[in-house]
Amino acid sequence: MNKTQNNKAWWLVVPVLILVAFNAFIPLMTVVNYAFQETFGDNVFFWEGTTWFEQVLRSGRFHDALIRQFLFTGMILAIEVPLGVGVALTMPRKGPWVSVCLVLMALPLLIPWNVVGAMWNIFALPDIGLLGYTLNSIGIDYNFTRQPFAAWMTTVVMDVWHWTSLIVLLCYAGLSSIPDDYYQAAHIDGASRWAIFRYIQLPKMKRVLTIAILLRFMDSFMIYTEPFVLTGGGPGNTTTFLSIDLVKIALGQFDLGPAAAMSLIYFLMVLLTCWAFYTIMMRNEEQ
Amino acid sequence: MTTTRRWLVPTLYILFLMLPIYGLLSMSFKSTNEILGGFSLFPQDFTLENYKVIFTDPTWYNGYLNSILYVVINTLLSVTVALPAAYAFSRYRFLGDKHLFFWLLTNRMAPPAVFALPFFQLYSAIGLFDTHIAVAIAHCLFNIPLAVWILEGFMSGIPKELDETAYLDGYSFWRFFIRIFIPTIAAGIGVAMFFCFMYSWVELLLAKTLTSVEAKPIAATMTRTASSSGYELGLLAAAGSLTIIPGAIVIYFVRNYIAKGFALGRV
Amino acid sequence: MARITFKNVRHAYPSPKGQAPVYALKEINQIWEDGGAYALLGPSGCGKTTLLNIISGLLTPSEGEILFDGEEVTQLPTSERQIAQVFQFPVVYDTMTVFDNLAFPLRNRGAEESLVNQRVEQIADMLDLTDSLKQRASGLTADGKQKISLGRGLVRSDVNAILFDEPLTVIDPHLKWQLRSKLKELHQQVGMTMIYVTHDQVEALTFADQVVVMYDGTVVQVGTPVELFNQPHHTFVGYFIGSPGMNVLPCTIENGQPIFGNNPLKTSYPVTKALTGTTEVGIRPEFVHFSQSGIPVSIEKVEDLGRYKVVTLNHEAEVIKMVMKEGEDLPSSSPMISFDPDYTRVYCDEWLVKEEGVNE
Repeated sequence: MNKTQNNKAWWLVVPVLILVAFNAFIPLMTVVNYAFQETFGDNVFFWEGTTWFEQVLRSGRFHDALIRQFLFTGMILAIEVPLGVGVALTMPRKGPWVSVCLVLMALPLLIPWNVVGAMWNIFALPDIGLLGYTLNSIGIDYNFTRQPFAAWMTTVVMDVWHWTSLIVLLCYAGLSSIPDDYYQAAHIDGASRWAIFRYIQLPKMKRVLTIAILLRFMDSFMIYTEPFVLTGGGPGNTTTFLSIDLVKIALGQFDLGPAAAMSLIYFLMVLLTCWAFYTIMMRNEEQ
Repeated sequence: MTTTRRWLVPTLYILFLMLPIYGLLSMSFKSTNEILGGFSLFPQDFTLENYKVIFTDPTWYNGYLNSILYVVINTLLSVTVALPAAYAFSRYRFLGDKHLFFWLLTNRMAPPAVFALPFFQLYSAIGLFDTHIAVAIAHCLFNIPLAVWILEGFMSGIPKELDETAYLDGYSFWRFFIRIFIPTIAAGIGVAMFFCFMYSWVELLLAKTLTSVEAKPIAATMTRTASSSGYELGLLAAAGSLTIIPGAIVIYFVRNYIAKGFALGRV
Repeated sequence: MARITFKNVRHAYPSPKGQAPVYALKEINQIWEDGGAYALLGPSGCGKTTLLNIISGLLTPSEGEILFDGEEVTQLPTSERQIAQVFQFPVVYDTMTVFDNLAFPLRNRGAEESLVNQRVEQIADMLDLTDSLKQRASGLTADGKQKISLGRGLVRSDVNAILFDEPLTVIDPHLKWQLRSKLKELHQQVGMTMIYVTHDQVEALTFADQVVVMYDGTVVQVGTPVELFNQPHHTFVGYFIGSPGMNVLPCTIENGQPIFGNNPLKTSYPVTKALTGTTEVGIRPEFVHFSQSGIPVSIEKVEDLGRYKVVTLNHEAEVIKMVMKEGEDLPSSSPMISFDPDYTRVYCDEWLVKEEGVNE
């Protein structure tokens, strides 16, 4: 749409600006304050320069949390994207079952995050949970509170459970925008199932899929509540992702300087990745 | 095409989704003794005791009321301020519009963990700590950008001729906006409200940080119970099961719009 | 290429449980000769697209058989029928170049790359697409895209028939004309059977050798444009073809002669059959003339369309339209009209009462 130049439009944006800036600028400035200074309370600050940043960037603990974070994000993307696309492709396109599928699939998205964690905790309890009990009774030694591997897997499967539906819904929406004519033409052109996917369905899903991956990347990078409730970051530190580590440092140890520096580094990483995604997406769209 | 076995994939997937929910529900109908006594697929000693506790103990049911209250305030607030802003972004070019839009979106990307402590300090300083308004305003951080994004998508789909015709017919901006434009994008408003509701309802970190007693969300009540008064799994399961209901109701109402809202690729 | 035969084909779309099926196609028997250019003409919802989809195999009819050159193909899937179909809205594979789009049907069938090149270039040349072969298909205009859709239909040399489902709906009027003549030209060059669905009579009459008129799920008449004009077999054909459409007026029959109001009308052959049902008389506005004696009318309205005038007349409660050529004048007072006997037709329950002993 060709838009009119009108700087008065700023007035329409002002309320949004005030509310968001109130929530974004002041806390961000607080974080920046802590990141460059040392305080012992009473609003007395000492300039520390980039000390905290250096400390965080050099600390093995941060590196470990970062690696775990990337591993986790990589794993859930590798599972959720193909699974989500697969489910979207096989979902009914018409009829009463569509609504049933949509409602049931959207359900996990609307459960408070700590309830998701609690639910999976209950589900996976080795002696009395449905999953834990079943696994153990078929001879798999499973205890997510003690075995690092089991804790990891449970966290990953929980995230798959929680968020794959988002990808399904997005892809389904992309698919339902394809007119029947396209499928009919493809049959007439003798296209194989794969060719239909490759040349009709995938191009239509590309945009929504990019957004889905972007959202999943962002949200999985921020993940805090669900794994915290499920495993508390443990056993040991095996499921301590960036956010959990950050909260441990900030609220657990009250090391505000390093926590603030880490927050900024962390925020910057998310921002950069998203900016790169956004730019690439916009460039693709212009082509 | 193997149409005969196509239903298998969604069915298995839905089954996978329902299993943990079933585990939660079934546990909520068990007594503490039965839960600790070992695993059973169905409640052997069916009881509504856990639900009775929740509906009679004010610390529990107030948690629900608190959650619903701040979620509703946040949803209304976010959508109300997002409407004119989305209109500005969809209809006009103005100084710094693109940068502003991107900046708004970056707030959707801010990890709540980063903001938890500064939020606590900020809202304490202005005396809003432990109020519903505090949580409702804090959630604006990510819900307003989201609402602007979704609404802008819907509005861009409405031809500009609608506005121009109305102005020619002598409508003032606000009269046009409220009388004509808002009804036209009702579906978009529904979708935006759905997403605001959803994200405000599921978020816990900020909600928990900004409240202590008066406005404590149900989800936070659950974590306290889990740690302080022993591990009352049945009660926890019942409370958890109840938190699914508002979401389920909301989804049911917007089921026909979900796909449409997502279709704009703007979530 | 093949001759396509429809034997007692009926089709009903699934209806809600407990309700009687509603037939979109009611019993069709029709032969499409090899190499013919057919137009399938009818109003929206008369079953044209259903019929087309049955030929291409996208739909399997509820009853009846389809034969290609005498061989039954009713249950054969689309991909094995060698049918090309062009849809109302252009279908292009956005991510491919124009070349790859045109090559797609050939490559799917495992054609040699040299043959692909040769065919694609040939088709691109016919459709004036040579310059844009390397372009992405998504960047083209609507008519460019529709040309690609056409091209994908034409590129295979082994097709039994090409079906067009209102292919020019989205095209600008001046390009419509161009593309239509292009299609006609292509038909003469390649000689494939073409079936062209449209609800636009001009499109149908200029494209086709044979026009198949459909109405309410049945074929009401098949014929050349001239036959359809002069001898409509059904009042619907009369209405639908010609502008303005045929006048259909109530009449009674006495001694083999139709009586309209109190006016006996002359026809080229007498009605010899005993008729039971509603009888009507049909006369095209082109064959209504002012005369010294005949049916008294009053003039309601005259529309000047440049080359001719359309005059709306009233006789009692009936409205009659007539076409007056340039240079003719309206009578000054108490106008009377007569109908050309050669083109005055009698219809019984909407169907033409034919001359007995004459087979068409």
